[in-house]
Amino acid sequence: MDTHDLTAAYALHALDAEEREAYEEHLAQCARCRDELAQLQESAAALAWAVEAPAPPAPLRARILAEATAGRENVVPLPLRARRGWQAAAAVAACTAVGLGIWAATLHNSLGTARAHESALQIAADPASHTVAVQGGHGMVAVARNGVGVLVVDRLPVAPDGKTYEAWVIPRGGKPVRAGTFEGGDGMTMVELQMPVPPGATVAATVERDGGVDAPTTKPFLSAET
Amino acid sequence: MSSVSRELAHLSDEALVALAARSEHSALAELYDRYGRPAYGLALRVVRDESLAEDAVQEAFLTVWRTAARFVPEKGKASTWILTLVHRRAVDVVRREQRRRADSLEQAPEPGGGGADEEAWLRLQRERVQAALKQLPDQQREALELAYYGGFTQSELAERLGQPIGTIKSRMFTGLTRLRELLGDAALETAWTPTT
Repeated sequence: MDTHDLTAAYALHALDAEEREAYEEHLAQCARCRDELAQLQESAAALAWAVEAPAPPAPLRARILAEATAGRENVVPLPLRARRGWQAAAAVAACTAVGLGIWAATLHNSLGTARAHESALQIAADPASHTVAVQGGHGMVAVARNGVGVLVVDRLPVAPDGKTYEAWVIPRGGKPVRAGTFEGGDGMTMVELQMPVPPGATVAATVERDGGVDAPTTKPFLSAET
Repeated sequence: MSSVSRELAHLSDEALVALAARSEHSALAELYDRYGRPAYGLALRVVRDESLAEDAVQEAFLTVWRTAARFVPEKGKASTWILTLVHRRAVDVVRREQRRRADSLEQAPEPGGGGADEEAWLRLQRERVQAALKQLPDQQREALELAYYGGFTQSELAERLGQPIGTIKSRMFTGLTRLRELLGDAALETAWTPTT
């Protein structure tokens, strides 16, 4: 097979699996084809700009970022023997913290930060979770099949001195129920809600005095109807 | 973080990829903010299903994240790399979902008339590339569109168009080369530019 002339088809992804493999083998040894491919790929990518570009659904961004964090692919793998019980959770959190770099996640959960972090990430990244965009900020609420919910907010400023953010789960037709406090801060804030989220409930967040309150005293600045 | 975000806004795409290779999530976020929309538009055009398009975009950006260290700026632009990954994922998806593809092309909307909220620079890029595509000979444009947006292989194209495979290869090659000339190097500068 003459593989030189497959360059344009390869740039357009118009080769079947077998042809693609043969061409990639050839490419490794043919500098001329590599140069030509780089040029044709630029042309092919230009075609991407010719289509209408509706805004992607808002939760997609948070899901990608959550999964990038959860995957920890860019971090040195943990030794296997560390992957047990709470040690594993702590190691994952430590590892994630390294991976996060400047993009630290803020977490508050009675289970403990490490474990909460891991499960919140899993829920946020799981395609099976129900996700909705939040109104009032960049972020989403993800609810796992078992009703456990996670509130993810990107670029939420630190709560003012003496104040805290408080999350609420508001069942349809019901009153707001406390679902945990959080402080915001650099990068992405991820809060595992301490109340299950029933179908159709609204998740909201308000600014409250330190320590939180039993019923919201301010208007929610974030909300999401699940 | 907010100050970091502002700093990132001034970085080149290639610098962002280098930061992503060092596990800076904010760099991935910035790349998504620049290319998430065209990526989603492309994926949607190819797979014709919102949920499958989201999957393709998600997989492509996670590939960017995982393989950022292997990106070589000398070989091409980061935007090309990202959109190439998105396109490849979308084509893989559409080939897996044969039934969706059967009637997809006839339903393809005519280009033009993006949403009212479409950003000005996106609209500008779209108009430029569409204008260049219009100048291609019909047969070349047809081959490019069926391959790129339809996800057809060259063999499928040959069968569909009733032409020898050599003719299809030649139309694709000449079409891409001519497109590059028409767009010119300046017009191929599709990189994100700050709007504020």
